[in-house]
Amino acid sequence: MHKVLGDKRATFILLGPALLIYTLIMVVPIVWSLFYTVQDGNPITGFTFNGVANFVTFFKDPAAWQAIGFTLTYALVLTVLQVGIGYLLSLMYVFWIRRGSGLVRTIIFFPVVLPTVAIALLFQKLFEAAPATGPVNALIEMFGGHSVDWFGQPAAAFWIIILMDLWRSMGFYAVLLYAGLVDIPDDLLESARLDGASGWKLIRTIVLPLSLPVLLSSLIFSINGTLKVFDTVVALTNGGPGNATTPLTVYMFQTSFTYGQYGYGSTIALMLTILCLLFTVFIFRSTRRDLTQEG
Amino acid sequence: MTATAAIVSPLGRAPERVPRHRRGVRDFFVRLPVRAVIAVLLVIEVYPMVWMLLGSFKTQDEFLNAPFWALPRSFSLDNYVSVFTTGGFGQYVLNSVLAVLPSLVLILLLGVAAGFALEVMVWKGRGTVLLLFLAGIMVPTQMILLPLFTIYFRIGLTGTLWPLILTYVATGLPLTVFMMATFFRAVPREIFEASTLDGASMLRSFWSIGMPLVRNALFTVGLVQFFFLWNDLLIALTFTNSSSLRTIQVGLLNFTGQYGAVQYGPTFAAIAVNVVGTLLIYLFLNQQVMKGLTAGSVKG
Repeated sequence: MHKVLGDKRATFILLGPALLIYTLIMVVPIVWSLFYTVQDGNPITGFTFNGVANFVTFFKDPAAWQAIGFTLTYALVLTVLQVGIGYLLSLMYVFWIRRGSGLVRTIIFFPVVLPTVAIALLFQKLFEAAPATGPVNALIEMFGGHSVDWFGQPAAAFWIIILMDLWRSMGFYAVLLYAGLVDIPDDLLESARLDGASGWKLIRTIVLPLSLPVLLSSLIFSINGTLKVFDTVVALTNGGPGNATTPLTVYMFQTSFTYGQYGYGSTIALMLTILCLLFTVFIFRSTRRDLTQEG
Repeated sequence: MTATAAIVSPLGRAPERVPRHRRGVRDFFVRLPVRAVIAVLLVIEVYPMVWMLLGSFKTQDEFLNAPFWALPRSFSLDNYVSVFTTGGFGQYVLNSVLAVLPSLVLILLLGVAAGFALEVMVWKGRGTVLLLFLAGIMVPTQMILLPLFTIYFRIGLTGTLWPLILTYVATGLPLTVFMMATFFRAVPREIFEASTLDGASMLRSFWSIGMPLVRNALFTVGLVQFFFLWNDLLIALTFTNSSSLRTIQVGLLNFTGQYGAVQYGPTFAAIAVNVVGTLLIYLFLNQQVMKGLTAGSVKG
């Protein structure tokens, strides 16, 4: 019977086009990009081989370290906050609102479908100081404070980026984690309650261990997505003030397309890829070890 | 920490011990903080949208001199008109549609066929090919931009929407193939074996049995991909080198800088135009969108 499902011609016709496009536009450029990392120049000036010079430059480049620092801080802070708040929300959906949480879930989820550029422009105006006073500064002035130039200070700009992404994504993570929580069997919770577990203890001993797998995958998704942050930063602060909020992705884009350094740009892109891989493997292994230890 | 404790505390209450007639009153007060938390959350999530919509009707003078909570003095459509006339948004919307729709059709068609070939068909090496597709989900798009820029330039595609369409299809395929393969995994092989016994070729079984079986899944994946493509900035920014090729996202990004001083009303109207498409889809199809986006969250 496997003869039918092993029809080579059909397999070729079905898989061929997808594999061809994927290979030509993803696989080949990835390999091609690796060759760029050992060269200097761009298609207009021509390329010269320069060995590991791009990597040496990268590790000596203060702007690159600044970008790595921002990328890591942003990814870690946002991941902890969005998965943490998402988890609290999902606990609220399941244990507090229970039935009827559908509407709340749906409303808090919606910003994730909106274009980042539009939201970023809106947040710029929300936090604007001059010429028009945005709602946030207007409220500060109402309570007797002075308007703050949020985008003029690195720390303030950083937190606005975090705040906007939280606004966008907390409902999304809440729904993702909610799916894991509703899978916990009711009788399990009920029997734990009969055994005297309640409140915090119930969460810690029953709910948390059982939702660990979905928490883990949320962490991986979040780290993977936040390390690649681009739209938010480009549209909200464009990396400023100075280069205080420039992540690796934006630094790569500027290096490649503003300054035309294809070799160095590819090196930065490769570093970003390695960073994504390292973090995924790291989270995966560390949580796996924990699980086996706790039995 | 205190927030956690506050949220979980009602779990511990034992309603059986409270006399029946007092439960309603007690429940009301116990539920009050929850309701307050929910109300604050909903206001935080929804208010920016309301502010945007109201702002899109205001004049420059109202933005500079009236407080932010003031309602617009008139609901004139002037701002929206200038978005499409001086702002050139008509062209941007058209470009987005022309780039996203063909990409979407190709992604779904190629993706469902590849998913079928990788999951239902039996052949050596299919595990490796599936892994090859999966790797594409992990790798940041930045990795492929520079070589693609060179390739498109050399074969003369620069200056058209083709670079966008081709890149969208290739970057959309990994997730689609992965999701479609997962859906086909749930379909019993016997169905396809039976149909071939009845004389259908494998291609025909795919088209008239496999496709209809995953129709709903295809719709969900299509929605997810639509959001990714419509909201894309990175690829559009890289391959649209002239203003006549700009997609709606690139157009909006460049919108504020166009007049020197920020034109608030038109900017707000432009944001509203940008947001309305995805918001309307969400209004009608929110359950499918939520299901699809969380299933496709591997993309990050």
